[in-house]
Amino acid sequence: MLVLSSNSRNPVARLPCENCPESDTTLEPVTRRAEIAAGVRASFAAGLGMYPIGIAFGLLVAQSGLPLWVAPALSLTVFAGSLELLLVGMMAAGTPLAAIALTTLLVNGRHAFYAFSFPLGVIRGRIARTYSIYALIDEAYAITASRAGWSAPRLLAMQVAFQCYWVGGGLTGLLVSTLLPGVIHGLEFSLSALFVTLTLDAVRTRAGLPSLLLGGLSFSVALVVAPGQALFVGLGGSVALLLARHVLTRPREEQPDA
Amino acid sequence: MPETSYLLAVMAIGFVITFALRALPFAALAPLRRSALVARLAVWMPAGVLAILAASTLRNTLGQTDGRGVAFALAGVAVTAGVHLLGGRRTLLSVVLGTSTYVALVSFL
Repeated sequence: MLVLSSNSRNPVARLPCENCPESDTTLEPVTRRAEIAAGVRASFAAGLGMYPIGIAFGLLVAQSGLPLWVAPALSLTVFAGSLELLLVGMMAAGTPLAAIALTTLLVNGRHAFYAFSFPLGVIRGRIARTYSIYALIDEAYAITASRAGWSAPRLLAMQVAFQCYWVGGGLTGLLVSTLLPGVIHGLEFSLSALFVTLTLDAVRTRAGLPSLLLGGLSFSVALVVAPGQALFVGLGGSVALLLARHVLTRPREEQPDA
Repeated sequence: MPETSYLLAVMAIGFVITFALRALPFAALAPLRRSALVARLAVWMPAGVLAILAASTLRNTLGQTDGRGVAFALAGVAVTAGVHLLGGRRTLLSVVLGTSTYVALVSFL
């Protein structure tokens, strides 16, 4: 069974009762509506970054000479912003499919790390859970990692909202490409700003500092040894450092000599 | 222009690999749900991962600018962090003011 609810920072995520198979369908309609509204609200800050980048993506498709349907089709199949931006250029150049597959594996490899704390366990239905996994983009991981209190309708509403911003941004970009390009420079900074605020939220106490420092160390090393794959190598390195931290700080009452 | 069959093949490959990367770890972790290691990683990982995502997206932004752009981006990060810590951690407010700072500096200086 594809269930993981081990987010111990986030005990509320197991609500309302872990053994009720229908827990999320027993929510009162009013509660459900409030939860959906809360999910849409939680999507706004990230949407501010996703929508303009979606526009940039749509513009890129329009200028690449690819058919326009590629923009929404990529966003509905792959649904991973940074990879989609890369694929546009690769498709326009007719890159071999094997190279496409390898690039996808390297650029999106970081998603394999998100299962550790994504609150998928709050979602019960098979279709809903499959959608939630499919829509586990960076922003969805980031928002859930920094806040507690997720329910199935809240989480799904946020993920659906994200996909609407992204697909809508791409369509807007296609439209803008047919008009005069009155482009605003620098809007892509909003994505960095979002991650800065989420990092601050994840490090509210001194207990969060070691992880932050290990992540910074790992990314710095990755920038030097693998500048082309710094994101993937940096994330992998930070997990390796946390594994080492786990081994070094493990309670050892069973092995007093160790 | 590339053939439609080629474009569809690219999308099929991108979909299958990306979905597998997102789904398989959940299946692999299911037996480990009660493990102390997974519980600790779930608590420890977000701070480092989010910081790396922040640094990485910032690097992509800086890749398109010159030396002045670095100063602008640092100013944007400072405003974002300052507003966030002093303004009650209202994410949207912090992101809007930080981004406005960067956009204004890039556009008008």
